[in-house]
Amino acid sequence: MKVHEYQAKELLRRYGVPTPRGVVVDNAEDARQAAKQLGGRVVVKAQIHAGGRGKGGGVKLAKTAEEAADLTKRMIGMTLVTHQTGPEGRQVRKVLIEEALNIDKELYLGITLDRRVRMPVIMASRSGGMEIEEVAARDPKAIHREPIDGVLGVQPFQARAVANALGLQADANKKCVAFVQMLMRAYLETDASLAEINPLLVSREGDVLALDAKMNFDDNALFRHKDIAEMRDLNEEDPLEVEASKFGLNYIKLEGNVGCMVNGAGLAMATMDIIKLAGGEPANFLDVGGGASAEQVKNAFRIILSDKNVKAILINIFGGIMRGDRIAEGVVSASREIGLPVPVVVRLEGTNVELGKEILAKSGLPLITADGMWDAAQKVVEAARGLRAMSSRA
Amino acid sequence: MAVWAHKSTRVIVQGITGREGTFHAIQCRDYGTTVVGGVTPGKGGTTHEGFPVFDSVSEAVEKERANCSLIFVPPPFAADAIMESADAGIELIICITEGIPVNDMLKAHDFVTKSNERHASAGQTLSRLIGPNCPGIITPGQAKIGIMPGHIHKEGPIGIVSRSGTLTYEAVGQLTRRGIGQSTAIGIGGDPLPGTNFIDCLAAFERDEQTEAIIMIGEIGGTAEEDAAAFVKGNVEKPVVAFIAGQTAPPGRRMGHAGAIISGGTGTAAEKMSALQRAGIHVVKSPADMGKKVEEVWK
Repeated sequence: MKVHEYQAKELLRRYGVPTPRGVVVDNAEDARQAAKQLGGRVVVKAQIHAGGRGKGGGVKLAKTAEEAADLTKRMIGMTLVTHQTGPEGRQVRKVLIEEALNIDKELYLGITLDRRVRMPVIMASRSGGMEIEEVAARDPKAIHREPIDGVLGVQPFQARAVANALGLQADANKKCVAFVQMLMRAYLETDASLAEINPLLVSREGDVLALDAKMNFDDNALFRHKDIAEMRDLNEEDPLEVEASKFGLNYIKLEGNVGCMVNGAGLAMATMDIIKLAGGEPANFLDVGGGASAEQVKNAFRIILSDKNVKAILINIFGGIMRGDRIAEGVVSASREIGLPVPVVVRLEGTNVELGKEILAKSGLPLITADGMWDAAQKVVEAARGLRAMSSRA
Repeated sequence: MAVWAHKSTRVIVQGITGREGTFHAIQCRDYGTTVVGGVTPGKGGTTHEGFPVFDSVSEAVEKERANCSLIFVPPPFAADAIMESADAGIELIICITEGIPVNDMLKAHDFVTKSNERHASAGQTLSRLIGPNCPGIITPGQAKIGIMPGHIHKEGPIGIVSRSGTLTYEAVGQLTRRGIGQSTAIGIGGDPLPGTNFIDCLAAFERDEQTEAIIMIGEIGGTAEEDAAAFVKGNVEKPVVAFIAGQTAPPGRRMGHAGAIISGGTGTAAEKMSALQRAGIHVVKSPADMGKKVEEVWK
């Protein structure tokens, strides 16, 4: 789960991590008050779940409270497009008004999981403001990597190694060591999957602060962090994906016109791949889970069909322990209830497959049965092109 | 011979009195697996569906000589169940549970490593964890320890290792339809921190006399496939056929499995496929071609 910058900073402050003083607002008047309180010279930062806000015009310096109010007025409600939002952009609903600081150095500090060594790893680079992937591509040696024992936490020598790698001396070095220790504690104790401070600011006064903060959290651990779970902003998520998650469906919208409904994540990805190989474009990823009950299939149909690009649907269910006839009954009853506006190709595997196919064939619905994944993919791509729709309904 | 799961494997089910635990304990027993009981703390001494229930894993080890545990415990308690099994000296720990927090798994892996060191120094057996978030392991004709449909399998020479459940069934189905059987099929799971990885399985299949060729099914995210490719070159003589799911997956989106995400430009299917190809592995683009390719390259 992602959170906004202002929420990440609020969490980090609980662990002692220094951040600039700031207030989150959603209107010009509150922005004026906040800016006044912060001394007039402030930065107005659009709060959306995407990077690259500065280049997109979502981060601006205001020299006075009046200017802050003015900028806020323009930013709230605007659609911000960055390289991470896609062309549709994101609507700005809140801005963070933050004191403007005197910058000496901008550095990079990030923590994420290194799967290979099964440890969280601290990444540090002197190129603050740049994306770490960019630094990694250009000059991998410019990134200092410090693997941390996830059970014991960061040791003082490791925090010192990070501060040294960042080239910090004297007081700033000490402050950075403390910063790293607090950030690591926050990362572990909140079950974060990413904590990225970019840039990490060294001010001319010698303070070390999180000028920006991005945090992602392990969805599986949210049950023990009610406060973080409440920070979820549904405005930042695709409404269809949110709707799907209510029914235990894992749905991701894509750009194509072939809808797919599959049990299991790996098979669902493979189904997308084979649709592409057959010359089509998948409209979505959708994992109905292990069960594939009539209720699940119905909900999945509804979600897939609310994407108006969908011209045909492929149902690919490897029944496993579930009986093929049961799944077929589920598909038929869900299809009846929902009323299918597009052709549906069904590929079933499991026990009683033949019986299942018979049930589908006798239903009188525009259901096209298929043998194997390749047959199914070819049929659904044809159907999406309109070649099969007529004959199946005749 | 086959790998890790045998007729002699004595299985207990952790979480046997739950809905999933009950259902699959019976399914495994019906397949012919030696299921010797279950563990549910607080329900020791009772009998459930004909299975003796124990309060702890160590009790099941002591009384029933259990050497394998199949875990269906809910996510908040699953890491504890893994650690309990490792502590009791269970050789094969198979964790089906999906949705265990990463930090819990970091602790569990740490615990298993230390407990193995302790057991090694005492000359005792070591634990291997398969999963979490996996379908389990099956040696057709001998033991089904997991949630896979037993009836699609057939005894034979092909070893299968996969990060995905139903996609493994797909591969098995394709082989069986061609009359080709499987030595052992192992689902290593879709989590970012699996207990057993591709390399462990590839090494075991290479050593196994029954296995003559291997199917490896990977997916986007992480570097496990690249690591496996490096291992195959120089360590695996048997032919390997591979498929990578997620060739059309967009970056930055988690495709169902916690581990299936392309991030920061790494973990793409294209990278993995080319690494596998360079290692001499037969990579198929289409998931429908796994069985056909095995037939081509095997023998």
